[in-house]
Amino acid sequence: MAELTYIEAINSALREELARDRGVYVIGEDVALGGPFGATKGLAAEFGERRVVNTPISEGAIMGLATGAAAMGLRPVIEVMFVDFITLAMDQLVNHAAKLHYMSGGQLGIPLTVRVQQGAAGNGGAQHSQSLEAWFIHVPGLKVVMPSNPADAKGLLTAAIRDDSPVICIEHRALYWTRGEVPDGEHTIPIGRAALRRPGKDVTLVATSRMVEVALEVAGTLANEGIEVEVIDPRSLLPLDLDTITASLRKTGRLVIAHEAVEGAGFGAELLAQVQEAAFDYLDAPIARVGAPFAPVPASPVLEQAFVPGAERLAGAVRKVVLGA
Amino acid sequence: MLRLLRTMWTIRAFEEKVSELFGRREVHGLLHLSIGQEAVAAGACAALRTTDRVVSGHRPHGHAIAKGVDIASLFAELAGRETGCCRGKGGSMHLAAPTTGFVTATGIVGGNVALALGVAFACKEREKQEVAAVFFGDGAGQSGAFHESLNIAALWKLPLLFICENNGYAEFTPLSAHTPISQLARHAETYGIPSATVDGNDVLAVRTAISDAAARARAGGGPSFIECMTYRLRGHYEGDPAKYRELSELSDWKTKDPIRRFAATLVKKGTCTHEQMRAVEAEARASVEAAAQKASTGAWPSVDEVTTLVYAG
Repeated sequence: MAELTYIEAINSALREELARDRGVYVIGEDVALGGPFGATKGLAAEFGERRVVNTPISEGAIMGLATGAAAMGLRPVIEVMFVDFITLAMDQLVNHAAKLHYMSGGQLGIPLTVRVQQGAAGNGGAQHSQSLEAWFIHVPGLKVVMPSNPADAKGLLTAAIRDDSPVICIEHRALYWTRGEVPDGEHTIPIGRAALRRPGKDVTLVATSRMVEVALEVAGTLANEGIEVEVIDPRSLLPLDLDTITASLRKTGRLVIAHEAVEGAGFGAELLAQVQEAAFDYLDAPIARVGAPFAPVPASPVLEQAFVPGAERLAGAVRKVVLGA
Repeated sequence: MLRLLRTMWTIRAFEEKVSELFGRREVHGLLHLSIGQEAVAAGACAALRTTDRVVSGHRPHGHAIAKGVDIASLFAELAGRETGCCRGKGGSMHLAAPTTGFVTATGIVGGNVALALGVAFACKEREKQEVAAVFFGDGAGQSGAFHESLNIAALWKLPLLFICENNGYAEFTPLSAHTPISQLARHAETYGIPSATVDGNDVLAVRTAISDAAARARAGGGPSFIECMTYRLRGHYEGDPAKYRELSELSDWKTKDPIRRFAATLVKKGTCTHEQMRAVEAEARASVEAAAQKASTGAWPSVDEVTTLVYAG
């Protein structure tokens, strides 16, 4: 085990996969220069600019390039600098990458990995702070993972690169410099398996990405009040490990869902629907969602802080589900 | 020479048959026929190797046939049968047969150009002197994907042939109402890409231009842009009454029919006789009929297939 930052863990996964498989290419804006956050630092020096490829600011063409190359059997990993910019590449992602395997009757494989970061942190404002994972889980053919810590960042990215379908790894910018233990050498985490972060018997709290650390903080606080919170990190939103969540519900009978994206039509809405279809009989209380308010992300530090769902709001929602009223 | 003629007749016969079957509701979907544009598909693919890769757009039947895709599997695909080249999951605009080098078609105008960029990138990385070719219409020239792709292909010297079928109309609207540029090849100049504008109804002119471009790409010279001036003799889609164009324009272009024109040239040059010409057409029509017949007996896909092949593996 080594203690790495989240961004170092990503770098480590990329380095190992570039070394392991000649078909892996890292492609994106500034990636040969290390990228704005350092995820690709040192890779061009080690593997050459033929495999660590800088591109113009042309997100649509980059996604098309990677999709076409993947259809030909390469294993490209592209970096989209901010999820907000993926809007420019949605045709290639949604109409092409996600569908070519299906439309071709299985003849074409699209082993494409899209790395992208998101989240409201650093006052970037409405076009550099969104959380858009719900868009992608609505698209058959895509897989969507959201690592919440350095070990998962490495394990999920490695699994994504080796996957034969397109996978979007949604990183959180605010987690990039957080530290954690990461297994040495090859480390993969199967896509579609949730992680139990903290056991508890009173309420299940499903939290994604940065909200996992908020959820753990809340669980600690509420333990002092006599409420035992079970925290589950789905890690993969599509495919979703519903079994782990419903198994927890059998024990707790209560569910709160927390994500940083706006609540409306978010992952929480989908999970809520799936849970009530699969486990209605286990529910002892209405399910609660905690997400951002339905607004663009504001720029002012005061407003941004109020926008992001914090520990206090989440604790309030959990108390209400457990205690009623 | 006869091979070129045979390819063009096969495409023509195929699409006329498709039109007939569409009228009888035996083939389905949104169909975009390339009748009148056959010389581009036939001439271009004749200049490519089997191992070269083709990406097409929403009007792909001719390109697929010229690249060597089995026509019975194309009929079956359009008819929604399990025996279709994509098991009935693709349809007319999403044909794929990668073993023939026909990587895929896509129904998103301009989207195919960016996709082809990646195919060309892979060709370059494979180091087997393969080239990629992408077919698109003049309408795609106003899309962002088109310009982004030209830029990157030029910057990285990708072995990519941009083959523009300029038929003068983007859907219903004439090119002049879409862009002040009358010839799309002008855009290639901006990016430093060698270009040629050729008579797209002259199959030999197309073949020569593509052949030159492919040789340049194989030698590491990067992309080329070949604009083929042509005309679709049918509407934008099957069923389009095409009231947006003058009948005189249509009849004028009918006199430039690429197939009859090439046949007449061959006879005039003494390459072959009238009888041989007619035989080529008859053989093409017979093979198309046989393929259509074969496709019509193909099994329907099981309804369980709705949710199969969403993911690989």
